[in-house]
Amino acid sequence: MSIEVRIPTILRPFTRDQKEVEASGATLAGVIDDLDTQYPGISERLLENGALRRFINIYVNDEDVRFLGGLKSPTKAGDLITILPAVAGG
Amino acid sequence: MTLEIPREFVNLILEQSRAEYPEEACGVILGPLGSGKALRIKPMINAAHSPTFYEFDPKDLLTLYREVDDLGEEINVIYHSHTDTEAYPSRTDIAYAGEPGAHYVLVSTRDEIAPESEFRSFRIIDGQVTEEEVTITD
Repeated sequence: MSIEVRIPTILRPFTRDQKEVEASGATLAGVIDDLDTQYPGISERLLENGALRRFINIYVNDEDVRFLGGLKSPTKAGDLITILPAVAGG
Repeated sequence: MTLEIPREFVNLILEQSRAEYPEEACGVILGPLGSGKALRIKPMINAAHSPTFYEFDPKDLLTLYREVDDLGEEINVIYHSHTDTEAYPSRTDIAYAGEPGAHYVLVSTRDEIAPESEFRSFRIIDGQVTEEEVTITD
């Protein structure tokens, strides 16, 4: 079993328009690495200087990763990861 | 492109914007997936509680997207108010616009035009802002 990752509309050009993709990794950082191998360029939209971008929200099983350890958040087969761009502005 | 929106929603957005002044007010209007229709309005909390910034709380954001998926809906409109500037997307609005399929509605409740207000709609795609016509239906 692998990890299911839900991709927001704005990142679907990277995943050939797929709304859900599969990935693997023991941490969120590992999952993002694997995503970038499968869909080159996607990690740049999620990370900035090696940290999660401020206006990208990532959830592991409905929990905001900011409260789970950020990129070090543990992940395992069967988890659901949801990526959502913040709805924000000035 | 045109935004078609019921008068009731325009009034609700303006009322919310005045009620939450001097903070920016925000919310969404949803409709059945693929319909392009604005049928269900959902005011959101501005987690930034700021006169110059708005942001949906990350937990509310996840709940909203889950609900939209479960009900077979889409986000048709994302609205927010400007409290001191015109109803035109700011640089930050353009930088963070993440829904290429949505109408971005901006309202201005700035003092100098009170008691009047502005209500305008835009597409924001890849950093490009295009204003569109607003048709208010009764």
